[in-house]
Amino acid sequence: MREATTKDHASLAGAFIKDEKRVDWHDGALWYIREKRDIAAKQIPEWEHLREAASMIKSNVISNLHEYLLQFESNLKKNGVTVHWADSAEEHNQIVYSILKAKEINQMVKSKSMLTEECHLNEYLEERGIEVINSDLGEYIQQIDNEPPSHIVLPCIHKRKEEIGELFHEHLGTEKGLSDPTLLTRVARKHLRNIFLTRRAALTGVNFAVAETGEYVVCTNEGNADMGAHLSEVQIASMGLEKVIPQKKHLGVFLRLLARSATGQPITIYSSHYKKPRKGQEMHLILVDAGRTRQLGRKDFRDSLKCIKCGSCMNTCPVYRKSGGLSYHNTISGPIGAILAPNLDMKRHEDLPFASTLCGSCSNVCPVKINIHDQLYKWRQVIVKEGYATKTKTLGMKTMAWTFSSPEKFKKTGRAGRWFLKYFPFLINNKLNPWYKQRDMPEGPSESFGEWFVKNENKKS
Amino acid sequence: MTTREKILASVLANQPAATPLPDISMFKNGSDALVEKYMQVFKTIGGLSHVVTDIAAIKQLITENFDTSKRIATTLAEFGDSFELISDAVDPHSYSDLELAIIRAHFSVAENGAVWLSDELMGQRIIPYICQHLAVIVDAETIVPTLHEAYEKIGAGNYGFGGFIGGPSKTADIEQALVLGAHGPLSMTVFILK
Ligand code: SF4
Repeated sequence: MREATTKDHASLAGAFIKDEKRVDWHDGALWYIREKRDIAAKQIPEWEHLREAASMIKSNVISNLHEYLLQFESNLKKNGVTVHWADSAEEHNQIVYSILKAKEINQMVKSKSMLTEECHLNEYLEERGIEVINSDLGEYIQQIDNEPPSHIVLPCIHKRKEEIGELFHEHLGTEKGLSDPTLLTRVARKHLRNIFLTRRAALTGVNFAVAETGEYVVCTNEGNADMGAHLSEVQIASMGLEKVIPQKKHLGVFLRLLARSATGQPITIYSSHYKKPRKGQEMHLILVDAGRTRQLGRKDFRDSLKCIKCGSCMNTCPVYRKSGGLSYHNTISGPIGAILAPNLDMKRHEDLPFASTLCGSCSNVCPVKINIHDQLYKWRQVIVKEGYATKTKTLGMKTMAWTFSSPEKFKKTGRAGRWFLKYFPFLINNKLNPWYKQRDMPEGPSESFGEWFVKNENKKS
Repeated sequence: MTTREKILASVLANQPAATPLPDISMFKNGSDALVEKYMQVFKTIGGLSHVVTDIAAIKQLITENFDTSKRIATTLAEFGDSFELISDAVDPHSYSDLELAIIRAHFSVAENGAVWLSDELMGQRIIPYICQHLAVIVDAETIVPTLHEAYEKIGAGNYGFGGFIGGPSKTADIEQALVLGAHGPLSMTVFILK
């Protein structure tokens, strides 16, 4: 299940773009969300200052992580939460298993957590006789279809409602042909309510963990994290080390940015602050490394750890919108996935930093101002240097290296820079780039980039 | 070396030189027309709000708008004569058939429509999530412009659990079609006491 394939991004995307109608719909649906983000952002005059503040807070976190983790841990303990540390996905899974085993629990309900997807927790527990049900509607749909989520915020965005109707018919006994979103949601609500009411253990992810107070915040729109947690006798939260933030007041900055960036909402419906266990309840928190400290040590890539998982870099990415999240063959897809994945396994994910036009749209929308497209470019260099790039990629890389060989020149001439960004995708629209299979070739500029470049270089001197 | 020691040592070895925290004290917003602003935003996120002058008016609106033959529970002593009082001593699962919960919030936030409440106001943590419909009472003068003022107001907060709730639960997971009432309440009504 899940890690179904060893195919690379280009061939998986090749399969996705065959269904042109679906691609157009997918492209449009995500662009619509990007537009909602823009509208929401424009309503906040201090938006750019908020992004800058968020970015600075996260830089401070990265540079003081050791101290914040110790502070967070000590406050968690004061609050009565049991703290666990996991070096790897495997160790994380073992910890969850042992917590459940000690209580003789063999069924658990889980809300959205990309980390547990990354760890393949469900499979691990299922192999040991523990059933896990994903309660976020999109994740539930993906689970019954035996597929990983294709987007970190919208897990089944690549599916049409008729396909979901078919899955519900098969798994929940709905009438054949039923595809109305409201009716399908009602059926899932009823089914999952019974799950919440009968599960003794609930696991959630963590959006932000406050070092100062030892509380952690979980954001959902559906209310599924709270339904699971407040009815459970054992509550488990899994978080990557990088999710800690210094002070509670910083939540004001992050929560103002998160939902507006993600879906254009002013705030997620539920922003729940978990601090102490309920009377009679056990609360566990697992701090997971799984490659994060390695990424922390990579000077050019450590900023990827600032990510707050809003998904807006995916919604805006022309490659993601046209290839679908599953083509990235990694839990976190899209631009951010492409800079996180090579750290986890460079050989397996060597193709991902190439799945980009480097247009920079991702960096422009990122609420914590990660220089995503710069990192994509830098990963390409690392991958080629370490000998992981496949032949097509190496050729493409050379073209890319050539076009980028004088970034300073581009920066100095603002007009040239703008022209370059606007027309850049055309330049890579050639056989060396597997991206353009099955796509209409846009009309080329009246003169080639090479001609233009030479002409302009001459003019300048 | 334990895993904890190993991870912490690795963090220390890999983290870059310290950078400062930004000053965020300038993020403050105007405090005009907060009630109107709140109501307008709350409407856009699928909520219903009413300005009322007393508890009797709230009772009136509740009997007019909800099915009172179903289970209605509250944390407010003022409603004790009409509705069941929520107990913190019973199993939270026993509220699975709750039609309407009527509770108070500490305050609400104009920019995003959310109310803030900690577990002491919920009666039980599960109440605002498990009910089919949620009604929340806030005092008009407690509305703050943005989340920055909200966190100033919350401070350290002496609670075990607290949450912002901004509207009825919702999902758009099926083809981006908005559906109110995912796992939590199908509707949320806020009564603003002036
Ligand atoms: S990299 Fe930035 S835009 Fe992308 S998901 Fe993370 S925070 Fe959002």
